[in-house]
Amino acid sequence: MHFAVCDYILDMVQNSLEAGADRIELVLTERYNGLTLSLRDNGCGMTEEELEKAKDPFYTDGIKHASRKVGLGIPFLIQLAETSEGRFGITSTKGVGTEIAAFFNTTHIDTPPVGNLVSLFYQAMTFDGSYELIIRRIFPSNGKDDYELVRSQLAEILGDLNRAGSMGLLRDFIASQEEN
Amino acid sequence: MAKMTLEELRKLRAGEKQALSNREIEGKEVQVIIGMGTCGIAAGAKETMDGFVNTINANGLKNVTIRQTGCMGLCYAEPTVEVKMAGMADTIYGNVDAEVAKKIVEHHIMNKRLVNKHIFDKPAADITQ
Repeated sequence: MHFAVCDYILDMVQNSLEAGADRIELVLTERYNGLTLSLRDNGCGMTEEELEKAKDPFYTDGIKHASRKVGLGIPFLIQLAETSEGRFGITSTKGVGTEIAAFFNTTHIDTPPVGNLVSLFYQAMTFDGSYELIIRRIFPSNGKDDYELVRSQLAEILGDLNRAGSMGLLRDFIASQEEN
Repeated sequence: MAKMTLEELRKLRAGEKQALSNREIEGKEVQVIIGMGTCGIAAGAKETMDGFVNTINANGLKNVTIRQTGCMGLCYAEPTVEVKMAGMADTIYGNVDAEVAKKIVEHHIMNKRLVNKHIFDKPAADITQ
């Protein structure tokens, strides 16, 4: 399993990009008992059969790694949901996109720490390519302000997001949103 | 830190641009490529990336870009990082945590000295001695 909840989420964003998505919406809702994730992309999607295979840790399409026998991204999430009273669901339509919904039960002892969400967000924003990523943070109960990050908007202000200088500013910006 | 508005971010960026044009950029672009596949993430690549951003900005280096890639096929040595820059052979470093990331910035990028213990690929053995 991954070290932090953030790592699972970054892994899924990377999946979306590898599936050729150029629009990804990530919504994270924080409640007293856990974190709800909703991720929707317009990548290549999967057929029902491919989707079932993606849930199997001993399946990989063999494209990325010719001699490898495992594909652990989605199985990791299923494992976590099963062992920590969380939830996980995935639906996909070939040629349209994929949608993931998950609940990370932070009150369960077997759920890893949430980890650094600020790092997660700026890293998800700075993969190569010209994709759109919209991240929404929603706090229904603890008094913090909801906020939204739009990659194209931030890129327009900061220029090349891959410059280390832009990354520093981007991280400061996201940290200031997350704190308040 | 008070909540920053997009306008404030724009101003900070403008200030940074000014500083950039005042500084004489030494050499060409440096590229740092970090493996962020499932294996890299599991091994702590997110902290590695934070380490690079911190050290690069602390040293005021303006000509460095950081890219993320999938698995480089060296899962046993994750987190892996490739550094490409003029005057140095392209180098792949393995087992790079935040501490090693700092060393790579300060030795490899700033002083053109390899971080020997973490080299996994590329430069011939006689160069690393």
